[in-house]
Amino acid sequence: MRDRLIFVGQLLFTLIVAAFLVVPAILSISAGITVNYFRGISSGITLQWVFQVWELYAGTILLSFVIASATLAVTLVAGVPAAYALHVRRGRLSRIVEEIITLPLAIPGLALALALLLTYQGFSDFRRSWVFILTGHVIFTMPFMVRSVMAVFGTIDVKTLDEGAASLGASPWRRFRDVIVPNAVPGILAGSLMVVTLSLGEFNLTWMLHTPLTKTLPVGLADSYASMRLEVASAYTLIFFVMIIPLLVAMQMFADREQAR
Amino acid sequence: MIAVVAGGASVRVENCGKTFVDGTRALEPATLDIARGETLVLLGPSGCGKTTMLRIIAGLELPDADGRVLFDGSDVTSQPIERRNVGMVFQSYALFPNMSVADNIGYGLKIRGVGKQERAARVAELVALTNIAGLENRRIDQLSGGQRQRVALARAVAIRPGILLLDEPLTALDAALRDRLRGELNRLLRALGITTIYVTHDQSEAMELGDRIVVMQKGAIAQIGNPREIYFQPKNRFVAEFIGAANIIEAPVENGHLVLPGGRQPIGGAANLEAAIAMIRPETIGVVEAGRAPLTGTIDSVSFIGGRQRMVVSGACGKPLTVDAPNTVTASAGERIGLSIAPEAVRLLPAED
Repeated sequence: MRDRLIFVGQLLFTLIVAAFLVVPAILSISAGITVNYFRGISSGITLQWVFQVWELYAGTILLSFVIASATLAVTLVAGVPAAYALHVRRGRLSRIVEEIITLPLAIPGLALALALLLTYQGFSDFRRSWVFILTGHVIFTMPFMVRSVMAVFGTIDVKTLDEGAASLGASPWRRFRDVIVPNAVPGILAGSLMVVTLSLGEFNLTWMLHTPLTKTLPVGLADSYASMRLEVASAYTLIFFVMIIPLLVAMQMFADREQAR
Repeated sequence: MIAVVAGGASVRVENCGKTFVDGTRALEPATLDIARGETLVLLGPSGCGKTTMLRIIAGLELPDADGRVLFDGSDVTSQPIERRNVGMVFQSYALFPNMSVADNIGYGLKIRGVGKQERAARVAELVALTNIAGLENRRIDQLSGGQRQRVALARAVAIRPGILLLDEPLTALDAALRDRLRGELNRLLRALGITTIYVTHDQSEAMELGDRIVVMQKGAIAQIGNPREIYFQPKNRFVAEFIGAANIIEAPVENGHLVLPGGRQPIGGAANLEAAIAMIRPETIGVVEAGRAPLTGTIDSVSFIGGRQRMVVSGACGKPLTVDAPNTVTASAGERIGLSIAPEAVRLLPAED
């Protein structure tokens, strides 16, 4: 009896906390499909706001995914070998490099953006292109990739695996491709998951770096909140939600499957 | 039986020392010749430099500037391990968790560009040879310790290496399995007839597997010899004590006899010494009735260990003497006994360690 009471109490508490977090999201999403939010859901349900957002911001949304993919590509190509090198070389220089890579975690995005602007404002083509935002995103997300790959390297005996492959005649590149990377997959997946979500959702650095022609999802969202009716902004949230949730779920499932193996 | 490169390669380690970046000397410059087809065991306690020596031969460490490593007479010092055509079994096995058993065994062949069919045939051959049939498609984490050990060996041998290097391959296993695999490994190495260098800290492994044993101590070679030489004619106190059980006795010498509290023990040869450090193996000491041997003592304790019984005898020499008597001898603690030791069984060791 007493156990049951405790269980019910815990369940209620959990549900309340969950509701506290979930209800705003549901409200916001429902606002995006009501005809008039101030009159409530009784005013009717519509997809017109969603279509309006899609017309206005399709380019922004597309660019967001382009930047997220490019960020992922750069962090994979540079971050995985970097994590390997930092793991294998234990010298002081490696630790300094590791600190430098990690530094953007501690620096506000605004400060990073300011530094980029100060440094590269002279290169106007670069400044105006989306590659400028990509640069910011890579700096911001790189520590997440490097750290999670290094964490996996810490749990497997990389040095011995590498020596094992070398003893069988594999060149350094073959060893990296055949043995090191496949065994770091859980970390690479976890890192990728973080990099893509962070890049898609990154606001303050992007907001500083964007131009009217290089907006990303969150910047577009801020833009719509500031300049359009609430229903439109909420519809935007809905689109954001619909785009990012399947991606998160897919990556999570992939990571789970990898872990179960 | 499986076809192998007959005898493998000969190895010469020339003046190879190793000083690490932080200045610690892991290995004093040493020279070592290993004949084609020979099994050489590097034996010693941890930190004696045996693994460093193996890693230098493997190509995983560079020797200090003057050192050279030669395979079949050609200098391979500057070549990394992947170009030396050696097979290596690591203490932790270093099997690839991302590959199946068969893929692990076939990896070296894949690297060498061996076609799929030939590879499969060779893998099948090795699976049979190492008794792991049925495990080909398993993942590494589904294998027991003993199975992993076999896969590691199969993988190292698959590439038909000129030299097989084994770094404490049985250490990670429990005692019973270790004994069984030791016998298996011995038969396998004999069958392969390949040049083998085997690192261990376990003297019984060294005895059973080695054509020759290199006993190492503090980064230097203490003695090189076949198992019998190492056991019966240790060059110094360290080797005597490290290999098997040994009674080390320091005593004055008179007319070719050790002068001991329990009597006088004749020694062979070396008559003109004043004092000696002598080694006597416990099993070379015969237990007889008191008075029927020149040396007598009192039994402190008797422990029955199945095949034999170990006695600790005091009063015979300065410190308690360990005696391994046949299990048929009846004697109990407190009894006075005679100890008969053949003069040849008393091995004199150099005064300086």
